Amino acid sequence: MTTKDPDEPAASRPVPAASRPVPAEAGPRALARRRRRASAARFWARYRTHRSGLFGLGALALFALVALTAPLTVGSGVQSVTDAPGRPMESPSAEFPLGTDQFGRSLLGLVVWGARVSLLVGLLAAVLSVAIGTLIGITAGHFRGWFATLMMRITDWFLVMPTLVLAIVLATVLSRSLGTVVLAIGVTTWPTTARLVRAQTLAVEARPYIERARALGGGHWHVMSRHVLPNVMPLVLAQTTLIISSAILAEATLAFLGLGDPTVVSWGGLLQDAREAGAVSAGKWWYLVPPGLAIAVVALAFTLCGRAVESVLNPRLGVAR
Amino acid sequence: MTRDPAVAAGAAPPPDDRRARVRGTAYPRYVAGKLGGAAVSLLAVLVTSFFLFRLIPGDPVKFMTGGRQVSAEQLAAYRREFGLDLPLWEQFTDYCGKALTGDLGTSYQFRAPVVDRIGEALPNTLLLTGTSFVLYTVIGVVLGTRAAWRHGGPGDRFHTGLALVLYSIPSFWLGLLLIIVFSVGAGPVPGLFPTGGMESGGEEGFAYVLDVAHHLVLPVVTLVAVEYGQTLLVARSALLDEMGGDYLTTARAKGLRDVLVRRRHAVPNALLPTMTLVFINLGRTVAGVILVETVFSWPGLGGLFYQALSVPDLPLVQGLFFAFAAAVIVMNTLADLLHPLLDPRVGR
Repeated sequence: MTTKDPDEPAASRPVPAASRPVPAEAGPRALARRRRRASAARFWARYRTHRSGLFGLGALALFALVALTAPLTVGSGVQSVTDAPGRPMESPSAEFPLGTDQFGRSLLGLVVWGARVSLLVGLLAAVLSVAIGTLIGITAGHFRGWFATLMMRITDWFLVMPTLVLAIVLATVLSRSLGTVVLAIGVTTWPTTARLVRAQTLAVEARPYIERARALGGGHWHVMSRHVLPNVMPLVLAQTTLIISSAILAEATLAFLGLGDPTVVSWGGLLQDAREAGAVSAGKWWYLVPPGLAIAVVALAFTLCGRAVESVLNPRLGVAR
Repeated sequence: MTRDPAVAAGAAPPPDDRRARVRGTAYPRYVAGKLGGAAVSLLAVLVTSFFLFRLIPGDPVKFMTGGRQVSAEQLAAYRREFGLDLPLWEQFTDYCGKALTGDLGTSYQFRAPVVDRIGEALPNTLLLTGTSFVLYTVIGVVLGTRAAWRHGGPGDRFHTGLALVLYSIPSFWLGLLLIIVFSVGAGPVPGLFPTGGMESGGEEGFAYVLDVAHHLVLPVVTLVAVEYGQTLLVARSALLDEMGGDYLTTARAKGLRDVLVRRRHAVPNALLPTMTLVFINLGRTVAGVILVETVFSWPGLGGLFYQALSVPDLPLVQGLFFAFAAAVIVMNTLADLLHPLLDPRVGR
């Protein structure tokens, strides 16, 4: 998945590196590595032509940097209600560039600190969701018959369901914690992945080399893990990027409805705080704009990246969602 | 409304038995299949909502009383009232039987039947959702098909970009911002619209209608803004799929103007997959409705859901979960039933 390798020379050459003559002493591992590097370089060369994809990647790098360096720049003390530095609900000033919240905490610090939770929950929920979707998609595509029918029925049912309502209900009945939020989003958003992966699995399993692998005695596990999985991975990568975007939105929604972990600061939670503190009726727009803008920019950045990856992997797709 | 590509291309009209089969024996069988599927889905929702609310760690009664000091007798009384003293399978059959007769339990918060509360709020939600649904579908389809027709051009890039941006915006945030700008008033803009609710009270007749419409503007604008992008993208890619069709070349070759080729030949064919996806995406709209109603204090199902969540009023949450899921399933089934009437290739 390391695609960010701009100084790969083979990128723009017409002859891919993999087809160049390989020294006789190179083992199969070296060969595989070389091929992988070449295809990553090809991927990056095509990805680079999508300007919106590059913008998304840049925005994500920036937000990741902010989130990772937050302990150094603002420190965890920013969450503390008891020794807040400012007066409640101060307008933006030189000391507090984004103003303060109802406890006198610096909003800039809170937004920076909130990036950690929002990004972490979004990533984990997307990984869980895509893992479930991939597992169900591959097994439903590999094993035909009643198992596949049952799995696809369940998938279709989930696909039509108002999944956010299901996530809200799950978050309501379980205890308030980040784990609950990840679980609630993860187990409700997997069906699109499952359908895509199943379609790809069916296409892959129709190829002759799968028959060869079976004839040589490859079992279900071998075929699924060694042949089908590597072939669906690119699709899964694109799907993960797109799902992260909706997972971040879902996390913000749950937090806004008061179903997040009350002990941590997240962007959705900040919006809920703002609403409860009466920032809306008082017209204090500077309290509301930054957290929501952060959510929107990150969600958009992931969507742009996902679409760029999607159209690199499947040029026929155009830019369909 | 669908034009068969073969007819448009000037080929011999298809044999009539295709339509006959749709209207004759095949369609009833198709309807029966779809209705059966919908019934199974509804049953699955019923079962899910029962077991979902048994996931609560610890004693559900303690959860209901919200940690207040309650004597053992009161706890036992609660258990009897909500049927929690019975074995699980008995609770389940009891619950299913009641649900089938239209009894979804008693709201803990309002001390009133859940069905009554849902019935009161439903018309308000239908008004908001229906208005928004029609608007965002029309706007999305019109803009999406235009973008696809000139794909790659500046209009396409602008509308696709804008749709993606609005798609990434949290609906509740947009609603809060609109309230600040247009209701509270920001800078030179005075408060043009009410901050929430559905009516000011006191009006009657036509004035009442105007008043409700006045309250409806901001919630509808919010919902349309966050939802039309998805329809736009779906309609755009559906039309892009049709763009290479031979029947379009034929239509152009016989001298039709570009607008007519799009409107009469390409768009009707692209509309069918679009409508299917628009209905599948209704689940997302439900989430949008809940948030928009919460932000604008709209007295509908979504606002009720938020009230129920904050207590939490489990019977009401459970009933509303069932209502939302059932609404989406019913709408999807209706779309499925209409589909073969619009497109003879489906359901044979």
